[in-house]
Amino acid sequence: VNENVDALLPEAFLAGAAVVGLLAGSWLRRDRQWLVGLLVTAACLAGIAAAAATLAGGRAYLVFSDVFAIDTVTGIGRIIVLAAVPLVICLSIDAVRGDKRETEYYVLLALSATGTLAMVGAADLLMLFAGFLLTSIAAYALAGFAKDRLSMEASLKYYLIGALCGVVMLAGIALLYAAGGSTGYAALRAQLPDASHALTALGVIGVLAGLLFKSGAVPAHFWVPDVTDGTPSPIAAFLTTVPKIGALIGMYRFAHQALPTSGVDWPLLLAVLATASMTLGNLAAFFQTSAQRLLAYSTISQVGYLLIPIAVADGRQSLLFYLAGYAVTNLGAFAVVACLPQDTPIAGYRGLFTRQPAVAISLLVCLLGLVGTPPTAVFIGKLEVFTAAVDGRYTWLAVVAAVNTVASLFYYLRWLVPVFQTAPGDAEPPRAVRWPRVAAYSAAAASIVLGVAAAALLPAGGPTLP
Amino acid sequence: MLTAIVFLPLAVAVVLLPVPARAPRRLFVWSWILTAAVDLALVIVAWLRFRPSGGMQFTERVPWIPQAGISYHVGVDGLSLPLVAMSAVLFLAVAIYSLSETRRPKAYVILFLFLQTVCLGLFVAQDLILFFLFFDLSIVGMFFVIAGWGHGPARRHAALQFFLYTLSGSLVLLLGFIGLSLAAARPTFDMVELTAANPLAGRGVYAGLVLLAIGLGLAIKTPTFPVHTWLPPAHTDAPATGSAILAGVMLKMGTYGFVRIAMPMLPDAWRRYALIAVVVGVVSVVYGALVALAQTNVKRMIAYTSVNHMGYILLALGAAGAVAGDHAAARELAVTGAVTQMVSHGLLTGALFLLTGVLWDRRQTYRMDAYSGLAAITPVFAGATAVAAFGSLGIPGLSGFVAEFQIFTGSLATEPVATGIALLGILITAALFLRALQQIFLGPLHIPAAGAFPDLRPAEILSVLPLLALSVIIGIAPRFLLDVIEPASRVLIGLVAR
Repeated sequence: VNENVDALLPEAFLAGAAVVGLLAGSWLRRDRQWLVGLLVTAACLAGIAAAAATLAGGRAYLVFSDVFAIDTVTGIGRIIVLAAVPLVICLSIDAVRGDKRETEYYVLLALSATGTLAMVGAADLLMLFAGFLLTSIAAYALAGFAKDRLSMEASLKYYLIGALCGVVMLAGIALLYAAGGSTGYAALRAQLPDASHALTALGVIGVLAGLLFKSGAVPAHFWVPDVTDGTPSPIAAFLTTVPKIGALIGMYRFAHQALPTSGVDWPLLLAVLATASMTLGNLAAFFQTSAQRLLAYSTISQVGYLLIPIAVADGRQSLLFYLAGYAVTNLGAFAVVACLPQDTPIAGYRGLFTRQPAVAISLLVCLLGLVGTPPTAVFIGKLEVFTAAVDGRYTWLAVVAAVNTVASLFYYLRWLVPVFQTAPGDAEPPRAVRWPRVAAYSAAAASIVLGVAAAALLPAGGPTLP
Repeated sequence: MLTAIVFLPLAVAVVLLPVPARAPRRLFVWSWILTAAVDLALVIVAWLRFRPSGGMQFTERVPWIPQAGISYHVGVDGLSLPLVAMSAVLFLAVAIYSLSETRRPKAYVILFLFLQTVCLGLFVAQDLILFFLFFDLSIVGMFFVIAGWGHGPARRHAALQFFLYTLSGSLVLLLGFIGLSLAAARPTFDMVELTAANPLAGRGVYAGLVLLAIGLGLAIKTPTFPVHTWLPPAHTDAPATGSAILAGVMLKMGTYGFVRIAMPMLPDAWRRYALIAVVVGVVSVVYGALVALAQTNVKRMIAYTSVNHMGYILLALGAAGAVAGDHAAARELAVTGAVTQMVSHGLLTGALFLLTGVLWDRRQTYRMDAYSGLAAITPVFAGATAVAAFGSLGIPGLSGFVAEFQIFTGSLATEPVATGIALLGILITAALFLRALQQIFLGPLHIPAAGAFPDLRPAEILSVLPLLALSVIIGIAPRFLLDVIEPASRVLIGLVAR
């Protein structure tokens, strides 16, 4: 039994920062609480260093009674999560500064991200569920953080759907345990071929229900628009980006390490759900007037594209790269939203280019990035996904994704058009925000750098557990 | 060599970035003129070292994203070198013309240097993603030129319409590229490899869809009927220099895409659907000419003649794909004519747009009926405009005749009816140019508002006359150009006939 604590340094750093931050927050003066944000950021950066060191080691193994996998997928997933969190903190600084619960905000971010990391590495269903709970509970609190009517409603809806999906997931785990006699992926892989097919199929559907909820995919997507639209943009940015990374990587590992021998046709199920997510997300996004609600539906359709590499045989590289590209691009779009007053409708972006050209260009890069135009990161991600789908004999899925990509152009452009139109006469002066702008510029730049330098950054191979 | 030619303007733009915008206006424009001149000199060196029968030359290839089959791959052959040279000439002309630009010269010059890199890069790109990148960046650059330096109250609107229209077209194009790439045995975006592999041979519907996507994307950029509607407002509201680059260089991106991508990479599909290209071409010819005839705004009129001229190119390319009978020589002639037309249109329409800029500069209106009898006070202006207009309508002795003669002779063999209809286009353009010349330059003198109406200034003469001179040279002694194009069209015809 390998109980090598070094292997879990990134998780330990982040959890430690959450605990220390919570304690320190009680003693810090109101105007110094930003130090907790700094602490979490430092923990993330240290975690990236530790994850990169582990990744450079180039080994794949299980730790802690085989419940946690250390391999390339974990390494890259960790880096994406740990890079996304500081970006979220950067775009939150102005929004939470001076808030009487500033510490709690950063601590909740850290806890939710720790749960995400646990899902990324989980090689056991109970570990996956523990990660799911840690992510979710912190996320429910974040959704209700603003304590106004909309965010309360969002939080309640999020919580109710989450509780339902969580219970279904737990039931699914129980069924799989009954079928395979274990919750570890390796053991399940060995036992499931002999197990009852109906039991296995129901169990798989139950586990997927929880993960689909966390990733905001159809049919568990009902919370996404309300939560995204009802919460302040930094929280919406976090909730639509970070937990998704854990859920999708967790789903990939569950599907490809526990289920390949199960006889359940989960690839087809995922392909159908991918189609539904892409299409429904797009259709619903078409005529939104609120920027955050539009982004909410856009994230639903993006999850559809992200389910494709999980459904096909050789999608690991495309999944990880698309996730990285999606994370920076989506956060960049939310960062631009955070630069404007809360709840600005799309029409309110009129003349943004004249008032704040750099912010407008960042929005252009991020939205065209979400469509998938070169040279942004999502373009390479989509290209890899399409290739993986065609190679995996899911050509129809690649065609559906391509059609949806073209359709998505419509609503992203609906948002971009007013940005470049002339401003109305009584243009209000730009809001005095600094950090969301920094976040928007960095995310837009990162989106292009990731796309241009994709060759060096695409996870070339590296060992993964079977 | 090619990398230097392409990225020299961008490098200069980067050097100019830290220079304060308060620096003397001439500093910026002269650095651009110098850069464009050096770039043109480099292109001439490349032309002299180019071996016409040597296929793709000066190639450079560096892996970019090998996992996805994308590389930085550039090279020129007889189809692209003339366009590179024409672009270099036109950019130098526009740079000289810009000596009179007074609004935000720093941003203006940097933007045009960027556009120069993008336009040259597109014609040398041998990788579909590189091609697409330059294709898209050209749209972004031109958007800012029209929105920032255009005139008229609707310029923002026109710029936005141009941007959205062509950007959507480019995404359809990208979709076609991806479809093409995924069909190859090992996904690649390399144009040379894809051309050699012909990955869609015998893939009926799939090949048709890919051609539809690529064809639509290129048709919007070209533009042809019925997706030309962005062109007139964009031209009307763009500054003269922007119009010259837009019409002279950027429209060629679409037609060049047909000869570089659609025809050699999808030969089966191109042959099968060649008739569509012919029909679209002929409709563009006639419709463009008729609508141009109805214009009262001289710049809008020239914009519509561009639709007409691009129609000839499409007609020729469609005729080159028709397989009936054995007319290899005729089809080759059609392709050579199409490429010559791209060069000729670039020079002549570039000159025409710069000349109409003179009208705006002097009196802020493009209305033809506002002027009359200008020849009496501005003989050089009148002479230059007359030469450009005659060239554009295809009078022998100018480049337009060489191009259109080859197009018609080449197309007549395989598409006699269509060619016959397209000849009407020549008649109508002749009528409309003569009418415009007569209205503006002949008759009793009338100019809107009082005050001097000076003839062409030295900078204007220096920018426009070389374009016209080149057109005359091509019209009288076209061999130096045709010798470069012909071997490449032979290769292209061979590829299409596979």
